[in-house]
Amino acid sequence: MARKLPAKDVVIVGLGWTGSIMAYELAEAGLDVVAIERGPWRNTTTDYPSNYIADELRYRIRHELFLRPEQTTFTFRNKMAQTALPIRSWGAFMPPNGVGGGGVHWNAETWRFLPSDFVLRTHLTERYGASFLPDDMTIQDWGVTYDELEPHYDRFEYLCGTSGQAGNVKGEIIEGGNPFEGPRSRPYPNPPQDQPFGHTLFAKGARELGYKPFPQPSGNMSRAYQNPLGVRLGPCTYCGFCEWFGCGNYSKATPQTTILPALLRKPNFSARDNSEVTRINVDASGKRATGVSFVDTEGNEWEQPADLVILSAYTIFNVQLLLLSGIGKPYDPTANSGVIGRNFTHQTISDVTSFFDPDKFIFNPFIASGAIGMCIDEFNGDNFDHGPHGFVGGGYMGQVQTNGRPIETTPVPPGTPRWGAQWKKAVKENYQSAMKPGTGVHGSMYSYRDVYVDLDPTYKDRFGRPLARITMDFHDNEIKQNAFLTDKFAEIFHAMGAKQIVKQYRKAPYDVTKYQTTHLCGGAIMGTDQNTSALNRYLQSWDVPNLFVTGASAFPQNAGYNPTGTVAALAYWAADAIRTKYLRNPGQLINA
Amino acid sequence: MRNASIIIAALIAAGAGIETGFGASSQDFARIERGRYLATAADCGSCHTMPGSDHPFSGGRSIETPFGKLVSPNITPDRETGIGDWTDDQFDAAVRQGRGRSGAHLYPAMPFPYYTRMSRNDVEAIRAYLNTIEPVHNAVRSNQLPFPINIRSAMTVWDALYFKPGEYHPDSSKSAQWNRGAYLVQGPGHCGACHTTKSWLGGDKQTDALRGDTLQGWVAPDITSGQGALGGWSVDDITAYLKSGHNRNAAATGLMAEVVDLSTSKMKDDDLKAMAVYLKDVSGQAPQTAKSPEKNVLVAGKAIYQDLCSSCHASDGKGVPNMFPNLRETATVPATDPTTVLRVILQGAQSVATDQEPTGPAMPAFGWQLDNAQIAALATYVRTEFGKNAPSVSEADVQKARSKLAAGTN
Repeated sequence: MARKLPAKDVVIVGLGWTGSIMAYELAEAGLDVVAIERGPWRNTTTDYPSNYIADELRYRIRHELFLRPEQTTFTFRNKMAQTALPIRSWGAFMPPNGVGGGGVHWNAETWRFLPSDFVLRTHLTERYGASFLPDDMTIQDWGVTYDELEPHYDRFEYLCGTSGQAGNVKGEIIEGGNPFEGPRSRPYPNPPQDQPFGHTLFAKGARELGYKPFPQPSGNMSRAYQNPLGVRLGPCTYCGFCEWFGCGNYSKATPQTTILPALLRKPNFSARDNSEVTRINVDASGKRATGVSFVDTEGNEWEQPADLVILSAYTIFNVQLLLLSGIGKPYDPTANSGVIGRNFTHQTISDVTSFFDPDKFIFNPFIASGAIGMCIDEFNGDNFDHGPHGFVGGGYMGQVQTNGRPIETTPVPPGTPRWGAQWKKAVKENYQSAMKPGTGVHGSMYSYRDVYVDLDPTYKDRFGRPLARITMDFHDNEIKQNAFLTDKFAEIFHAMGAKQIVKQYRKAPYDVTKYQTTHLCGGAIMGTDQNTSALNRYLQSWDVPNLFVTGASAFPQNAGYNPTGTVAALAYWAADAIRTKYLRNPGQLINA
Repeated sequence: MRNASIIIAALIAAGAGIETGFGASSQDFARIERGRYLATAADCGSCHTMPGSDHPFSGGRSIETPFGKLVSPNITPDRETGIGDWTDDQFDAAVRQGRGRSGAHLYPAMPFPYYTRMSRNDVEAIRAYLNTIEPVHNAVRSNQLPFPINIRSAMTVWDALYFKPGEYHPDSSKSAQWNRGAYLVQGPGHCGACHTTKSWLGGDKQTDALRGDTLQGWVAPDITSGQGALGGWSVDDITAYLKSGHNRNAAATGLMAEVVDLSTSKMKDDDLKAMAVYLKDVSGQAPQTAKSPEKNVLVAGKAIYQDLCSSCHASDGKGVPNMFPNLRETATVPATDPTTVLRVILQGAQSVATDQEPTGPAMPAFGWQLDNAQIAALATYVRTEFGKNAPSVSEADVQKARSKLAAGTN
């Protein structure tokens, strides 16, 4: 029998980026806020201090900071006719766990999506005609526009101290920045990070081919920074231990280095760690959330009543909690009805490894940061004419070499034995003169009718709840897109003078054991039609108006960028709607 | 606002219920407010409130002294276990004369040798404020010292040697600001309680006022900012440090973090600036320098520093303003006594978080990672290179520091 805690104004499920943003914004509005986090509390110096964070075996290989599959996992299959099996070791994506969430161990690549990304179906239909899109592609408009989100992107970038070069300030194109980006109201708060030799050479090669390279917007600090909340970050040391790791130098934007120190000073905020929310409770009408139930580490069940519930866990846990709580109609791909679980997407990543003459090139790949890099955006979104190519979507590409770590980053030419003296010799010869971008081609993945999340009929978690089941495969559109982008990417390395170029195209079937990114998206998407979206344009549940769901689960499809900037901008956008609209008149904000 | 009005109502109600003896003005908001501010400046809560307690001033906190353990008494207005029954004269005698209710001598863990510089009027204001605190029934046995120090009459001799009673008298040759600062430093702020060198009997060496001492495992450094280690700090640097716990040079940790958290961060900017102006005018000695250590020690120390420390403190030791201390301008690095340097390397340190500087960066522990020889080399390098040739640190010093920290006897 769950014990009932005193009621709060707001309960937040998951204290990662969006949970922290929501908690701060709503506590700032005077509400009594409690956040409930499944994983442990995490601090820089006690959990990932500078003197042992650079431990690739511990953090990268053995996944120290991530959710343990023994605690909970997902089942996976490519096709609806197959039987899904549980994932027992993380591969294609890395579910976060603990305070700060994925914000602790991200690379801090801090992008905005293109204005056309938010009106994707309308835009592509107008430009190419409806018949250009595959029949089973279920892409949608978001219900929110770039211009509406711009102030919220700006807030996040100034919170994080994003280091970058603006390409478009209020419509004026700025040399050296990304000329394709939507207009921004002001430049980045910090200049771009310094770029090592390999990155600079990539930019030179790209320019020779007529592209306009620019430094990747980075949440690794190019200089010391104090954000508007008074919280400080130190300058990045270019150690190359960002993604998979926490930053021991306070120089990567994370909830811990930007919001939590200010949030924790608020007397009307409290948090519970190591407490897993098991369901969102609703009243008899099913139209009002009454709070959440959670289980602590001793197995005790508690009920936390609240007037407002913010669901801000990782994408797939958001979807799973909605399904387990009976909120919203589950998606049925056969009938093409229901909303919870639909439009689930990931990313289409590929890489090109290139080998240069060791006598002429020394790249020092260990001088790196998670979001360092020189990129081009000519082949992202709809920045180019897709007409001749027979696919839609795209991505940025760049020399984004995030590390030169000894286990992961030892590129050797094809044909080299995988161990032994020959392998060691090849590693030695090529370590300084090979280039292996961290992501390389960062392509979009659009949504399809048969790619979705539901509850597994067989496998259950330790509480006896069904695991979430992923059904996902690559479609021809993404495979074509990736072949085109990978070839374009390789041409740049050719222009740089590489003596050998190895292209690793992304191919079907989708392989859940191969890391791509942790950018799972969709499943509880936002939109304008409650028959095809779980949330309205303010991330408010159509079915339960005192429930807001933040995170990439709201993306109707994934764009060719890292999602965190957009995830955070949406959180600020939703928080603003709660503060300026919902609190004045609690209820459904959109007249459906 | 709702909370604030409840608190004010409670304060008034609590105040109204108690006979104060200070006339009919127990509800005088201005005086109570002044008393609250003085109690903050005097940092009463640091000793008289258990950390994290919901019952301020109810005592019970153990105070480690070189002579043994004292436990802070309950100073809430509870009539049985607090000071609700005390007369004003008794309260004043305790604060300014070091006498208990019965006239017995108090131990100078209660900083009456400093509080004696306050006026009767100030002490009355503090009492008026304490009368508004929720009475808490909490009996405390204060004196847990060993024989023979536990005999209070022993303090008669101590008082004769070290206690110079009397209010602060302004120096007419100095500015009002200087005098305000001197009053706060010498009186309620009782800075010398930690920062003035002590005799073997625990009394202040008057000639060494504010020139530093070591207590509870921390160096309370020389804060004579004229020529001492803080000679390079400006008035604004000192003010910022007291207000926020951080400045371009240093970060407050350990006992000073508590002082900033509970006291100085809540003080008025003008008062902090006045303290800084006064401190800048207190002359001290140039730091002691020692003969150069062996070259191989410095080479080893530098290698360890560049490997483990430079990512935050930078290769040149200058750190990052308001985040990571500038080792060239902190007061503890060049201190003759390496206690804090060793403690921070061995155990790490958590800097204070304040409203002005909420970040509260911390340094990790290195005691598990480096052996005594390595830490000795590192500390020697840092003190030589950045600490203006402060004395070297030996392996035996490091072992001693380890043992003290492990035994909790620091």
